[in-house]
Amino acid sequence: MTETIRWTAAETASAIADGKVTAVEVAQAHLDRIEAVDAKVHAFLHVDADGALAAAKAVDDARARGDRLGPLAGVPLALKDVFTTKGVPTTCGSKMLDGWKPPYDATLTRRLKDAGVVILGKTNMDEFAMGSSTENSAYGPTGNPWDPSRVPGGSGGGSAAAIASFQAPLAIGTDTGGSIRQPAALTGTVGVKPTYGGVSRYGLVAFSSSLDQGGPCARTVLDAALLHEAIAGHDPLDSTSIDAPVPNVVEAARSGSVKGLRIGVVKEFAGEGYQAGVLARFAEAVELLRELGAEIVEISCPNFTYAMPAYYLIAPSEASSNLARFDAMRYGLRVGDDGEHSAEEVMSLTREAGFGAEVKRRIMLGTYALSSGYYDAYYGQAQKVRTLITRDFEAAFGQVDVLVSPTTPTTAFPIGERADDPMAMYLADLCTIPSNLAGNAAMSLPCGLADEDGLPVGLQIIAPAMADDRLYRVGAAVEAAYLSRWGAPLLDRAPAL
Amino acid sequence: MSTTSLMSYEDALETYDPVMGLEVHVELGTATKMFCGCSTEFGAEPNSQVCPTCLGMPGALPVVNAVAVESAIRIGLALNCNIAEWCRFARKNYFYPDMPKNFQTSQYDEPIAFEGYLDVQVEGKTWRVEIERAHMEEDTGKSLHMGGATGRIHGADYSLLDYNRCGIPLIEIVTKPIEGAGELAPLVAKAYVAELRELIRALGVSEARMELGQMRCDANLSLRPKGREKFGTRSETKNVNSLRSVERAIRFEIQRHATVLTDGGTIVQETRHFHEDDGSTTAGRIKEEAEDYRYFPEPDLVPVAPSREWVEELRATLPELPSLRRARLQAEWGVNDFEMQSMVNAGVLDVILATIDAGAHADAARKWWLGELSRRANERGVEVATLPITAAQVARVAALVESGELNDKLARQVIDGVLAGEGEPDAVVEARGLKVVSDDSALGAAVDEAIAANAGIADKIRGGKVQAVGALVGAVMKTTRGQADAARVRELILERLGVS
Ligand SMILES: [Zn+2]
Repeated sequence: MTETIRWTAAETASAIADGKVTAVEVAQAHLDRIEAVDAKVHAFLHVDADGALAAAKAVDDARARGDRLGPLAGVPLALKDVFTTKGVPTTCGSKMLDGWKPPYDATLTRRLKDAGVVILGKTNMDEFAMGSSTENSAYGPTGNPWDPSRVPGGSGGGSAAAIASFQAPLAIGTDTGGSIRQPAALTGTVGVKPTYGGVSRYGLVAFSSSLDQGGPCARTVLDAALLHEAIAGHDPLDSTSIDAPVPNVVEAARSGSVKGLRIGVVKEFAGEGYQAGVLARFAEAVELLRELGAEIVEISCPNFTYAMPAYYLIAPSEASSNLARFDAMRYGLRVGDDGEHSAEEVMSLTREAGFGAEVKRRIMLGTYALSSGYYDAYYGQAQKVRTLITRDFEAAFGQVDVLVSPTTPTTAFPIGERADDPMAMYLADLCTIPSNLAGNAAMSLPCGLADEDGLPVGLQIIAPAMADDRLYRVGAAVEAAYLSRWGAPLLDRAPAL
Repeated sequence: MSTTSLMSYEDALETYDPVMGLEVHVELGTATKMFCGCSTEFGAEPNSQVCPTCLGMPGALPVVNAVAVESAIRIGLALNCNIAEWCRFARKNYFYPDMPKNFQTSQYDEPIAFEGYLDVQVEGKTWRVEIERAHMEEDTGKSLHMGGATGRIHGADYSLLDYNRCGIPLIEIVTKPIEGAGELAPLVAKAYVAELRELIRALGVSEARMELGQMRCDANLSLRPKGREKFGTRSETKNVNSLRSVERAIRFEIQRHATVLTDGGTIVQETRHFHEDDGSTTAGRIKEEAEDYRYFPEPDLVPVAPSREWVEELRATLPELPSLRRARLQAEWGVNDFEMQSMVNAGVLDVILATIDAGAHADAARKWWLGELSRRANERGVEVATLPITAAQVARVAALVESGELNDKLARQVIDGVLAGEGEPDAVVEARGLKVVSDDSALGAAVDEAIAANAGIADKIRGGKVQAVGALVGAVMKTTRGQADAARVRELILERLGVS
């Protein structure tokens, strides 16, 4: 069964459909792998072995009945612990929700179940998705499968680490400022932030409502596309979900090509703070795109410089309001309920005990930014910057089909290195944040290892809103070219756990 | 401050001009809540009409109720407001246990409707109350404070929370400052709320029953010395929940403010509670600093952008507005302003119309509802329209009177019977044996008896003093226990006395 866990999702699904293996066997192989390696990685917060085996059996039963299986039926998946799962713990990496079993499934959860996807469990994350290293989880950090003493990125470090360590072929992440793409880059995997509104947020525990977007994590571009297709599409329960056909991402992933495309290199994503090995791999990737027939154009997006400060006003502002509901009245942690304290005191004690330092920092930042007298100077200004960044993108996409950049300025850093330096930590999302502010689509895929540390480097591709298919068309071409150049997937070079 | 230590109302108005601002919340009668599919049915088991969205569960999202938006636009149009081409919801952030998200989804600087007016009648004159805005928001849950004596949170042992009301659509209608009403201020306030209630009911968007909290009024009041431009500090009296209370609360606050100001004190900007028993107000919790609600646009909802075609369609299908309908009815019925106002105040226009529709003459329908039935409602302390008698039943009673089968006195007894649950008017007539006696043979004996017993009066009549006949008719009515046909009795008496 060692082989099974290294299959892609597409291979797994067809093996099950063809009867070469049962979904239960596939699920069990992954549960065994989790058992064997997750003590070192700590990708999972909760493993739902019973639920996974039951779901796998349902797929096998369906096949036995002669039902047509969907393209991901029986494929195991690791779900970021920020999506609600009916009856299965959902903590968002916080003590605040320790033991909470939601009474409902997120739309995304429901769609996965309907597609016959086998949910293995819930993955570790920075508390309420606030962080870039997964060190802010109240349940301890996740290790990078390439080097468990280093971070896997964040906030979706658990999801990226799970697929990079072959504990699951697929995972779900959420990307508010880079939380899918940055961990993908740091773990040598593929991660996609779909167009804002492309995937329902109903049941995604909100960090920053106008930025949050669920999306696929996988080891190949095609697998990401298959998962993207399964979870995307209009949801009447989410007012911000786009009521339009989902771009044909699977078709694009199967027909990768950059021939004749105009590809922009964003001038502002370079310079100080960028690791030499990252810039070298990126330069090679640009050269590769040119060789594959793309026209390379240098593009300037001057307002991207202000993306980081704007993000750190908008996201905490929304978070300060979104996280107000954690008040001990109806669910989750309750501290001080001893008959001696008033409801107001219980709220206060619970929030004091339940939230970690980074969450508190952002709640305070956001509360301040929204305060009367400061609103215009902070939140109001940040929204204007957001508009300017969107216009920069519009201007860029007037000239080119997609933009490319390094996904992150550096490779995976050691656990603990930036934990006490929030500003250094925030820089990890420098290249990813603009797409969240503008709401467009972006992907990270591996483009090699940095010379100085031998760790994965991510290439970011950015496409206009609702042109998610371009990510897959370009990504598949790049992936195929690297595969032939390297002779094997990059992850094959990761040391054994 | 008790009512006795206050400066008199007249003295207060010698020195000061009152300025009012009224904020009225109307619970819309939509089938489902503002942002989820839960039922809005009143009186269900606590926490039986809730879901992840209205409980503020992590991950749950709101979706705007399109019917509520339509109702808001119709209210806005009826209040002569502009309707926003594009507006957003906003989050009003504050912590309170009966508000699950710890923010209320409301509207802030982009209300759906703004800049309108409502004309109201006060003592025969028209007052234009200017409307600043009408916006959409969601209601909160209810806290029940257990233990403790007052039912208030202070001193309670514990509290119970019912989230059924949480998320019910509300429209908040805010007036601009109402100035220049002088001594009429309390009446203007009352007339405004009454007119607004009529309007809301005519639109069919809410039953607007104040006693059920479907319509709630917050009354702001400040005084300024006569001749001064600048407004004084205002107080906000919360949840003044009947028309009479609106009038009383404004009146009390005018006197209280005047007393404080005249004594050289200062008015504190605060919220106050109104007490039905003695008509006074008392200070609510003093807030050390002004509440900062940290409003910002609700990112979970897309903007509301009603197309102009839709707005015009809604405008074209507005029902006849109460003021116009009143003018039309007044002309049709030929009644004076006072009588018309009495019918409006008693809230009987609709039942009168229904009674007319059921076949009664307009005069008769007005007479019964405004007279006898209003009196019964007052005795019971309920609104006339809620009496257990239908327009059709009143129409039937009127018809029986019209045909002479009942006289007014008997008709009142029939109404007693219907109100007592004895069934339809005809059944009451039958069961109680209430028939006018106009049969001459049955009346003859009573007439003879009356003439014999009042020989002196009879002589006067014979002598030409016909107006004295009333006394004999009265005597006959008495012996027949009111069941005689008075007109026929009169004829018989005059016949017997040879005067006819
Ligand atoms: Zn609900």
